[in-house]
Amino acid sequence: MCLAVPGQIISIDDSNPEMKMAEVRFGAAIRDISIQWLPDIAVGDYIMAHVGTALSKVDEEDARFTLDALREMGEIDDL
Amino acid sequence: MKYIDEYRDKDLVNKLVQKIRKKVSREWTIMEICGGQTHSIMKYNLMQLLPSGISLIHGPGCPVCVTPVNLIDQAIALAGLPNVILTSFGDMLRVPGSSTNLLSVKALGGDVRMVYSPLDVLDVAEANPGKEVVFFAVGFETTAPAVAMTVKQALKRKLKNFSVLISHVLVPPAIEALLDSDESRIDGFLAAGHVCAVMGTHEYIPIAEKYRVPIAVTGFEPLDILMGIFACVKMLEQGSHGVVNAYTRSVREEGNPAAQQLLREVFEPTPREWRGIGTIPASGFHLSGEYSEFDALNRFHPVVPPASHPGSCIAGKILTGQKKPEDCSEFGIRCYPEKPLGAPMVSTEGACAAYFRYKRTAVRPI
Repeated sequence: MCLAVPGQIISIDDSNPEMKMAEVRFGAAIRDISIQWLPDIAVGDYIMAHVGTALSKVDEEDARFTLDALREMGEIDDL
Repeated sequence: MKYIDEYRDKDLVNKLVQKIRKKVSREWTIMEICGGQTHSIMKYNLMQLLPSGISLIHGPGCPVCVTPVNLIDQAIALAGLPNVILTSFGDMLRVPGSSTNLLSVKALGGDVRMVYSPLDVLDVAEANPGKEVVFFAVGFETTAPAVAMTVKQALKRKLKNFSVLISHVLVPPAIEALLDSDESRIDGFLAAGHVCAVMGTHEYIPIAEKYRVPIAVTGFEPLDILMGIFACVKMLEQGSHGVVNAYTRSVREEGNPAAQQLLREVFEPTPREWRGIGTIPASGFHLSGEYSEFDALNRFHPVVPPASHPGSCIAGKILTGQKKPEDCSEFGIRCYPEKPLGAPMVSTEGACAAYFRYKRTAVRPI
C-alpha cells in the first residue's frame, strides 16, 4: 500500500490551480497523476507516485552521488 | 536513470553486504516497518545475504493487515446495502471479515469496485447520482493525503452521494506502542520511506531520543534496504541512536509540506484499533469539521455483530514481529493466498503472503 513508483513527467496540465495534473510515464504505461503538492516540477523530472498522487520529486543529483559512492566503495559511512 | 534497476545491481548489493558484514560484531534485531520493505526483503532474499548476527523482523506497516476485522465487517455491511457502490483498493476486497469478504459480496450481486486511486471514486459518484458511493479508505500517512484531496474535491463539487469509511493509521504511535511492549526485542528500525516522503523525518527524532533507538529512513529497492540496515548497524555498533535518512533521493527532511497542510485541514487525530496491537491513542485519522459529513459511519451507522477471528491465526504476533510466518502451524497448510485465514496472507505487503510467495521451500509438507 505504501509502495510508490518512480515515473517521468511527460506533460503538465496546470489549468486548474486546485488540481494540477501531469501525464507520467511508468515504463510502458502512462497515467494521469496529481502533482498538486509539488511546486517546482517540470517535464522530464522523475516523481514518486502513489495512488494517483505525486509524493515527492526524485533528487537526481542525490541519486547519482549515492550510486557513485557505492560503486567506488570508498567510505560510504556518511550515507 | 530510471531509479529502479540501478538499485537492484547485484555487484553493488554484494559490496554493501560485505560492508555490513565487516561492521557487525554482535547480534542485532532490526524491524522494517513497512510491508513493502518486507516484500522486497523476501523477493531479493536479503536475509540470506546478511550476516547471521542481523535478524530482520517484520513490522505492522501493512495497512490492510492492521485494519481491524470489525471495520471490514462494517464495509461488508455497507456493500450489502441495495443502493451502495462500495469502492476500495484491490487487497481490501479479499481480506476476510468475520464470515465473508467484499469479493464474495460482489459475487452475490453487490456493487463492489476496485479502484487505483481514491480520486477515481469521484467520477464513480458523479456517474451514479442515484447511488451512494462509499470509499473504504485504508493506509498510512502515504495514502491519507490522496484521500484528503478526494474528500476536499467532493466538498467543492458538492457531491452528496459520496462518503468514506476511514481506516487511516499513523506510523510513529505504532513504533512507540511496539517499544513500550514488554515483549519488545527491537534494537533498531527501518522507517517507511514513503511515509517520510510525506511527513518528513522530524517525528522520529523524539522517539529515537526517548527509547535510545536508531531509526533509518529506508527505501524499497534492495540497495535502499541495505543502506538502511547499514545506517542502523553503524549506530548500533557505535552505541549511538538517532534518525538517519538513508533514502535521500525521495525523502526531504521537511517531507511534503503541502500534503501535510491538507492532512491538517481535512483530518484530525483519533484513537485507532490496530489488529494485533490493540487501540493506540491518536494513532489514526478521522474527518474533521465540515468534512465529517463525508464520514460513512455517520451517514449509514452500520451495525455488525462483534468480530470473530479464526482462532488459529497468529496475525497479531506476526504484525508485532513476535512470530514469523513459518512459526504458524497453519502457514501453507490451511492458510494460503487463495484461502487466507488472516490479513497478512492476503495483502501483497503481508508478511505471510511474502513468505509464501518467495520462501516456499520452508513450507512443511502436508
